[in-house]
Amino acid sequence: MSEAYFPVGPGLGLEENFLSLDDILMSQEKLPGRAESALPRLALALGKGGGGAESVPEGSKLEIPLWLAKGLHDSKRRIISVEPPKIYKEAWRTVFSADANVVDLHKMGPYYYGFGSQLLNFDNPENPEIAQTVSNCVYHLQTFISRFRRIMDSSQNAYNEDTSALVARLDELERALFQVGQKGLNDFQCWEKGQASQITASSLVQNYGKRKFAEVDG
Amino acid sequence: SEAKSGRTDLIFLIRFRHCCLLRNQRCLLAYLYDRLLRIRALRWEYGSVLPNTIQFHMSAEEVEWFNRYKKSLATYMRSVGGEEGLDLTQDIKPPKSLYIEVRCLKDHGEFEIDDGTTILLKKNSQHFLPRWKCEQLIRQGVLEHILS
Repeated sequence: MSEAYFPVGPGLGLEENFLSLDDILMSQEKLPGRAESALPRLALALGKGGGGAESVPEGSKLEIPLWLAKGLHDSKRRIISVEPPKIYKEAWRTVFSADANVVDLHKMGPYYYGFGSQLLNFDNPENPEIAQTVSNCVYHLQTFISRFRRIMDSSQNAYNEDTSALVARLDELERALFQVGQKGLNDFQCWEKGQASQITASSLVQNYGKRKFAEVDG
Repeated sequence: SEAKSGRTDLIFLIRFRHCCLLRNQRCLLAYLYDRLLRIRALRWEYGSVLPNTIQFHMSAEEVEWFNRYKKSLATYMRSVGGEEGLDLTQDIKPPKSLYIEVRCLKDHGEFEIDDGTTILLKKNSQHFLPRWKCEQLIRQGVLEHILS
């Protein structure tokens, strides 16, 4: 399935890809916001209600997913206003520039780069800082790349185990890059061993051997 | 009806509901599209006839889509490569030899090769066969390609 299956990838920059499953998951992440006017009947939906059709009073703090924030937001801020989560702010920027190794970027929000790019859609006085913070995270990626290289060079077989601890602290974009790198290395080793021309079973078939399907009637 | 009565404060509620509807629609469309991408990959990785276990899980529209895709691909392949056309789903990895060594992974019964002889594909038997006859069976997990 991996050879001929090409899923829709995440969008680059400010635009999401509508059909990208990655972007859908990413836009489910929440950000803090504030109700700019009383929102009738929405209390339950926004996590503030008791049970009846209550209103969200003006000024209450909300945590809403990105897709909802994008839908309800407008430049006049009549309905809600949003602000970037803490991790994109000034305080964290210094942590990143100091020592990127320390940071567990997966815990920060597994879609750090994608979500950060989407935040730039809301006009916000802090946008330049957000963009800066996200680009500083590139240092994070670079340190992991150099670590990855060292592990690859040292031992051929053990690298699969060593890298799982490494991968746990990468966000989704970094993991995708990591996988691409690993695949490249695997393909090269395969070619070195003369296996590049070996026909292999479709990975779909191999997976079916492992899973049990319901009884098929004719 | 509430919109008609002129209560403008409910516009937020309507907008909220609209966002949710759009979100659901997006999720559904992405799911269905991803299924199609996987079904398309099946044509390339598995072959033109899908096993029952997979077809069982496909909707009628998906089966029809697969058949139409198959047909488009076949038409295209016939149109390239001269008179006989070109089977693009063969030789996906560069071939090194005309004949290859294969081992049978499960019982598959009798198998006829071009010169008329039949071979019995019994589990664990090994054979030296033309590459183009075996490729699909290897991809389907019936045979295993052995490198010397």
